[in-house]
Amino acid sequence: MTGPLGKDLLGLEPLSGDQIRLILDTAEPFKEISERAIKKVPTLRGATIVNLFFEASTRTRVSFEFAEKRLSADTVNVAASGSSVAKGETLVDTARNLEAMRIDMVVIRHGASGAARFLAERIESNVINAGDGTHEHPTQGLLDLLTLRDHFKRLDGLKVCICGDVLHSRVARSNIWGLAKMGAEVAVCGPRSLLPNAIDEMGVTVFDHIEDAIQWADALNVLRLQLERMSAGYIPSLREYNRVFGVTRERLERAPHDVLILHPGPMNRGVEIDSDVADGPFSVILDQVTNGVAIRMAVLYLLSGGRPELAEAAKSGAAR
Amino acid sequence: MTTMLLRGGRVVDPSQDLDDVADVVIQDGRIAGVGARLGIEPGADGVDVIDCSGLVVSPGFVDVHCHLREPGREDVETIATGARAAAAGGFTAVCAMPNTDPVTDNQAAVGFIMRQGIRAQAARVYPIGAISLGQKGEALAEFGEMVGAGAVAVSDDGKPVVSAHLMRTALEYARTFGIPVADHCEEPTLAKGGAMNEGLMSAKLGLKGIPSEAEEIMAIRDILLARRTGGHIHLCHMSTRGSVDLIRWGKERGINVTAEVCPHHLSLTEAAVEGYDTNAKMNPPLRTEDDVIAMREAVKDGTIDVIATDHAPHHYDEKEREFADAPNGIVGLETALAVNLTWLVKPGIIDVGQLVDKMAVAPARIFHLPGGTLRKGSPADITVFDPTAEWTVEPSKFRSKGRNSPYAGMTLTGRVHYTLVDGRIIHRNAD
Repeated sequence: MTGPLGKDLLGLEPLSGDQIRLILDTAEPFKEISERAIKKVPTLRGATIVNLFFEASTRTRVSFEFAEKRLSADTVNVAASGSSVAKGETLVDTARNLEAMRIDMVVIRHGASGAARFLAERIESNVINAGDGTHEHPTQGLLDLLTLRDHFKRLDGLKVCICGDVLHSRVARSNIWGLAKMGAEVAVCGPRSLLPNAIDEMGVTVFDHIEDAIQWADALNVLRLQLERMSAGYIPSLREYNRVFGVTRERLERAPHDVLILHPGPMNRGVEIDSDVADGPFSVILDQVTNGVAIRMAVLYLLSGGRPELAEAAKSGAAR
Repeated sequence: MTTMLLRGGRVVDPSQDLDDVADVVIQDGRIAGVGARLGIEPGADGVDVIDCSGLVVSPGFVDVHCHLREPGREDVETIATGARAAAAGGFTAVCAMPNTDPVTDNQAAVGFIMRQGIRAQAARVYPIGAISLGQKGEALAEFGEMVGAGAVAVSDDGKPVVSAHLMRTALEYARTFGIPVADHCEEPTLAKGGAMNEGLMSAKLGLKGIPSEAEEIMAIRDILLARRTGGHIHLCHMSTRGSVDLIRWGKERGINVTAEVCPHHLSLTEAAVEGYDTNAKMNPPLRTEDDVIAMREAVKDGTIDVIATDHAPHHYDEKEREFADAPNGIVGLETALAVNLTWLVKPGIIDVGQLVDKMAVAPARIFHLPGGTLRKGSPADITVFDPTAEWTVEPSKFRSKGRNSPYAGMTLTGRVHYTLVDGRIIHRNAD
């Protein structure tokens, strides 16, 4: 089945603004399900979904699993360790074997950029990219957009700065594409050694100083600094990173207006973000997590062929 | 005495400044003459006649850079299949890089490749010996013994020579034997983990990029060491505008530097990687449009001496995987002529004569190989091709075992009709 998004969700770069808006709008009615006492609707009853995770993940995997289960899909989690993958089976063989068991969708997290697309081109099932290397993490980008829209009631003209290790971040790429397509102004801020060399060609503003970014932005999306970046020589120390680029309360207090704080998690408190910011009044970090389930429900629904205008009715199992 | 007459073709031989409709007479495997008739009657007994009207007759192509994978990876190519692929692409001689398993770093290994090449009865195969033992970049291999066994150059291709001291020594030591030292220019700390050209496309795709400086830093190092030593440095598969500028700088100063470019760096850009097509993954990577333009200019103005294929077959399964994990390299022997005609000659950047110079005359000259000319008395290594015939690339029809071509499905211009080595037809177009 092919819905309004096509067969797969591989990234936000290939989507149109209308398609992104459709997903965000479709997520709205699904938010309510998670607030119920009995958090389950029959929308995807009978559908089989495999969560194929080649990289360790808690948050994203659990979020997808909740989304699938709350839509009544049958789900199987396959982790790279403890499966044939560890025995050297290729990605394409793994996927074909799963598909031979007649599945409907695959949610894939993989360390190689392009892995989700590689899979999507070789199997019939719908493929959802749950993060491929340093390429894209579209559902994270979407839940960030939804959280921003919830707060500001608009995305058009919003100033959002993505802070930190943009070079190695799939979250950053999905945010850049998603925000730009929704009419937001996008900036990045971080040490140049952690920004792509061609960042200036990507249509974003670059801030070399976090103070300038805070002055400019309506919202900061603070990326996790992978601790191995230090040993790989991209930055001298976590301590200095915090001193130069850390999002701290002192810096935020000097801003002319309130700045909303997002973080895709997991956080390194005291490195890229200070605890009093993460736990502070302008943090929407836990709202992001809540929205993640609704966004993933919307994506699963739309990819399974669900009609967006029937999303509300679909919750009772009446339409799909 | 056997006589063959290649009748009525357009004979293009830049080594003699020749571009005219003429006959080529071959006697006992050697060129007996080029001209009109030359006293040979087509109907006479014992004279084989090949009608070449409408076709180009040129010195056989010489590829100074290919990977034939034997010994070690006979599943992806053997010297025999590689030499037949070469013949099908119009090559009468190819130089096999030493990154085999075991590495071609001694006279016995060189002798093995020579022997397999002779057995193949196709294109001539000239071994290139390793610069360092095991290509480890530490101790020099025995150049003298390898040359004695048939090696025509030395290279650690596939890997750069990281140590500047070792490269200096290699350039000095090679002078005794009069052979070029061919280097794969790649500064390893900059290129580490890279899967494609560094730029906007790599940033979008989330693939680690290889900056052009990784090539250029090693290119200028090698040029400077050639100046210091007087040795002959041959720079493999150049791919960037910066490298072209540096080579030009070296040549203007009379430094003994030669350079090659591959057909793919003259025809494709990094845009081919979009979609994570592993058949567009090679090292050096496909670069930008600006680099491609610079490479074409460099072929035209002579900064780049030769076009070489860097033919690198891989098994289907090895390329059928995640981009970052797929091996580098594409097959090139059977598409080189057509790619060059399509992207260089057809748009008028160079003419057929200049192309024959880059593919036949210059490679034979700079690697000191027989052939590369139709002069009387030379071995009759000849390529006959149709410069305008169109055909569609179907990798399943390759003589090579490799199928990894970014040109699959494309319609290209230029088809080899006959390839002759020592006057013997080693390839005949079956179409």
